[in-house]
Amino acid sequence: MTVNVNRYKCGYCGACVGVCPVGALELVETWIEVNNTCTNCGVCAKICPVGALVVVK
Amino acid sequence: MKNRYDVIVVGAGPAGSITAKTAASGGLDVLLIEKRQEIGDPVRCAEGVGKEDLKKHIEPDPRWIAAEVKGSKILSPDGTEIKMSEEASSGKAGYTLERKVFDRALAQQAAMAGAEVMVKTRATGLLRSNGKVTGINAMYMGETHEIKANIVIGADGVESKVGRWGGIDTSLKPVDIDTCAQFLVSNIDAGEYSMFYLGEKYTPGGYVWIFPKGKHTANVGLGLLGSKSGNVRAITLLENFLKNYMPHAKILEMVVGGVPVSGPIKQTVTDGLMLVGDAARQSDPLTGGGIINGMNAGKMAGEVCIKAKEIGDYSVKTLKEYEDKWRATIGIELSKSLKVKNLLVKLTDEQLNQLAHSLKGVDTSKMALPVLLLILFKKNPKILWELRTLFV
Repeated sequence: MTVNVNRYKCGYCGACVGVCPVGALELVETWIEVNNTCTNCGVCAKICPVGALVVVK
Repeated sequence: MKNRYDVIVVGAGPAGSITAKTAASGGLDVLLIEKRQEIGDPVRCAEGVGKEDLKKHIEPDPRWIAAEVKGSKILSPDGTEIKMSEEASSGKAGYTLERKVFDRALAQQAAMAGAEVMVKTRATGLLRSNGKVTGINAMYMGETHEIKANIVIGADGVESKVGRWGGIDTSLKPVDIDTCAQFLVSNIDAGEYSMFYLGEKYTPGGYVWIFPKGKHTANVGLGLLGSKSGNVRAITLLENFLKNYMPHAKILEMVVGGVPVSGPIKQTVTDGLMLVGDAARQSDPLTGGGIINGMNAGKMAGEVCIKAKEIGDYSVKTLKEYEDKWRATIGIELSKSLKVKNLLVKLTDEQLNQLAHSLKGVDTSKMALPVLLLILFKKNPKILWELRTLFV
């Protein structure tokens, strides 16, 4: 389970990291890393200011 | 870099740098780390700040003041204007900062006070011993290091991990975050006031801001409550706003970000660990402003670091003084702002217009927000009944 980050859209603001309930995301300078604890909850995709995250179903 | 410090501060924003500066000024051995290679950049902020509050921390310097503003104007959905917060004596109430320069100036102050500063250095976890936080794992240029400290400060912003690693749940629900987008625009007349446009017609559960950065440039941005987002994106709403209301504006920069609007969280200290600024969710739920609160909290945390070193105890018992202090000051204001925000996001555009109309004939230009709210409450008790507890 994971989310896809469109790195051509992402503004690397870290908002998604702040809302992830399980701490699966990390902002490293200009990119988002997703680890294997992602539960597909979709909160990150919901709050992204630019719509760069898509939950993989 | 050494392998041991009194204090490690994670994050070189305003909150982190003030913490580091305060602790270093007290003679403590301080390491301030920043994961980006440049402090202050990219910006994630609308850059507006009150003059008097800022002066308590740093002498204003033209190098990081982009513009001075006379006060604020709030626009209701039908365009009714409420002028407020004008400074009686100086005629200038606030600044729009150049955060790229400002943040670096604050980090420099920390460095000059004796703190060691490391950029491109990211905390990747906490060291622990007997349940206490005793330092961090850090990555610098692809290599990992263990760095020990008596106290770790989490000043790592909206995306804070330090608190979570320390067992403090700082995760924000969609209702606890404003998702924001901003353009630095040019080819406009920026005016002399910070402007706030309220209404569902612009953005749901937030507002549009226009903060002058010069005669012909301004930060134009908007936030919407995360719980009202989903199909609609902050960036799309902002593009629409520019198209409809500022068609001649030319975009020079894009900024996106999330602002914590949760109000005070339950816990911000544990053994060997304190959280400050956005990491402690200390940004104002109503205005989204976080610079001053972060700096004030940083000062409190830095002072508690000094005290902890004096008595040689870094447990919650000592660090709790920081938590008590910020709750009694910043925390009270956050709770009030949260109440107002929770009501405002429920009001219809028609109700917002009614509120603005009720101020007709009242000179609000010198008023600060609390006084203005009291007047609004007296004139519109039915709409604002939820806020009655703020005024007793």
